[in-house]
Amino acid sequence: MSLMRYAEALNAALREEMQRDPSVFIFGEDIGRYGGVFKVTRGLMEEFGESRVRDTPISEQALTAMAVTAAMSGTRPILEIMYADFIPLTLDALVNQASIYDYIWKGQVAMPFVLRTQGGGGAGAGAQHSKALDAMLAHIPGIKVVAPATPADAKGMLKSAIRDQQPVVFLEHKLLYNMRAEVPDDADFLVPLGKAATVREGEHVSIFATSRMVHESLKAAEALEKDGISAEVVDLRSLRPLDVGTIRASVAKTNHAVAVNEGWRFCGYASELSATIMELCFDDLDAPVARVTLPDMAIPYSEPLEMAVLPNADKIRDAVLKTVA
Amino acid sequence: MKNSPSIDEQIEMYRRMIVVRRLEEGLGALHKEGKTRGPIHRCDGQEAVGVAATAMLRETDLVTSTHRGHAHYIGKGLDVYPVIAEIFGRDTGYCGGRAGHMLIADASKGMIGGNAIVGAGIPAATGMALSNQILGNDNVAMCIFGDGASQTGICHEAMNMAGLWKLPVVFVLEHNKFGLTVPTAVQSPVDDISIRAAGYGMPSVIVDGNDPVAVYRAVAGMVERARRGEGPGMVEAKTYRWEGFSTSDMGGYQTPEEIAAWKERDPIRIAFAALKGEVGEARLTRIDEEASEEVRAAFERALSDPFPAYDYHSASAAYSEVN
Ligand SMILES: Cc1ncc(C[n+]2csc(CCOP(=O)(O)OP(=O)(O)O)c2C)c(N)n1
Repeated sequence: MSLMRYAEALNAALREEMQRDPSVFIFGEDIGRYGGVFKVTRGLMEEFGESRVRDTPISEQALTAMAVTAAMSGTRPILEIMYADFIPLTLDALVNQASIYDYIWKGQVAMPFVLRTQGGGGAGAGAQHSKALDAMLAHIPGIKVVAPATPADAKGMLKSAIRDQQPVVFLEHKLLYNMRAEVPDDADFLVPLGKAATVREGEHVSIFATSRMVHESLKAAEALEKDGISAEVVDLRSLRPLDVGTIRASVAKTNHAVAVNEGWRFCGYASELSATIMELCFDDLDAPVARVTLPDMAIPYSEPLEMAVLPNADKIRDAVLKTVA
Repeated sequence: MKNSPSIDEQIEMYRRMIVVRRLEEGLGALHKEGKTRGPIHRCDGQEAVGVAATAMLRETDLVTSTHRGHAHYIGKGLDVYPVIAEIFGRDTGYCGGRAGHMLIADASKGMIGGNAIVGAGIPAATGMALSNQILGNDNVAMCIFGDGASQTGICHEAMNMAGLWKLPVVFVLEHNKFGLTVPTAVQSPVDDISIRAAGYGMPSVIVDGNDPVAVYRAVAGMVERARRGEGPGMVEAKTYRWEGFSTSDMGGYQTPEEIAAWKERDPIRIAFAALKGEVGEARLTRIDEEASEEVRAAFERALSDPFPAYDYHSASAAYSEVN
């Protein structure tokens, strides 16, 4: 174990997988000489050279399409898209290319590529640099979408994503990069994709959360203790495929569910969770599933305005209190 | 002359062009009988581009195609029978009826694959070339694309990177004068789209797209350069599509005079004329008959093949059943 920042854990995962497999390469804007605007790729160009660690032109559309076909033809590309807000530029490659080929070509080609990006608000980055587009990505059949919330998961899930044969969109969070925690040093430490983690056991309500909202949910759970409510917190980690086994077991225990996601409410990821829980766990539910999300509007810049729209521990606590009332 | 096709290669190109022509004619006839499904894009008159541009490639060289890919498929060595079976949605098709005529792939032959998003094949081939460069092999990637596709934004992004990184990719522009029903003159400020190659630091050449030998020579030169690690190149093959944009095209925007003039320059006739002194008319006629019979038999067989059974694609599932 080593105490590491989330960004360092990602860096370690990249380094270890590049050392292990010469077909792994990484590319993206500012990732080489500069080491990435969030410092995730620091030192890698020095170690692996300019062919396997490539600074690219600002060409999100073509880069994503190239990652798909590079993966189809023998390499394991990892593409960094600087902000999730630029995901709309990559959508043809994801929606019309990567996601369809395994099915329509009957498994003739593997597509082991990882698109790393970061999203979410709280850093004063404004309406074009703060979004969580989880739902837009998780909507696409044929790709995996994961969002680790801790340094250990960041490392273990990135290593799993790199070794996966399917395209994986890997969602990081700008406010998590500096979070420190213990991370296993084992070069084969892998956290499986498609599996949720129950990060706090509880009896009265299940809070299902993604990415940074896991930590807000844990804070809410602590506050709820004072209200006499024991909240279970489940870090979904994998947005697609979703671990419904863990969801079912948790709701069977608590009979109440709250879905927390930093994306928009309407047609959002929390909405999908809510519908899934109602379909799968209707008989176990004592109340409708509550949602905690961003309101349906652009993300403002000014600090009090941004804090007003972002989901947080207080809003999660309020939702829980209403649900269990 | 270096990079010129041998007589055997010319004969094979002639044979493949006939296969493609009979395929297109067969599809046209079956469409009139109401037996085809969805839009089908014929390439009658353009066979020399797809067939000759791919004739010098190895199986390990990768090609991306378009929505109008029949000549590219046959040129890259795919068999006509599973192509036809795929077009008719049969279980015996290259992709078991899942892909249809626009999206056929045969990875074992390096065709991955057709692409019905205009322009999407351009970064696709560029990404394959990037993979080849990183793996350090000497395979090349080829993108065959239309004049319509050359106007997309992604064309610029991909060609910029291809030039910047000297990627082993060859861009073959199949300039058939139309993007859907709109003539190139209404879509592009320049007639010769390949002049743009200079902006990406790559050489380009314009060639008579109806002359298979000329196409082969021009493309082979670019393929050799790319294979040696000297970077990408572009070949602009000027040709013309005789039939409508697709089987659902009502026509009316191509003048009969223009079509007739281009039919005078039928690539199959040009190939025949170039070869008859070398191998004799009788042999060429026999090749034509055999190729035509192969396609006829493939249609007959494919049309009586079974349809596939539906099976859900579990790798796409939204839920993982864990615990
Ligand atoms: C991104 C996109 N926009 C529009 C279309 C509809 N469309 C299909 S083919 C085509 C014209 C393509 O022209 P060109 O690239 O010259 O190929 P050609 O049909 O002449 O072979 C259009 C507009 C599409 N399939 N994809």
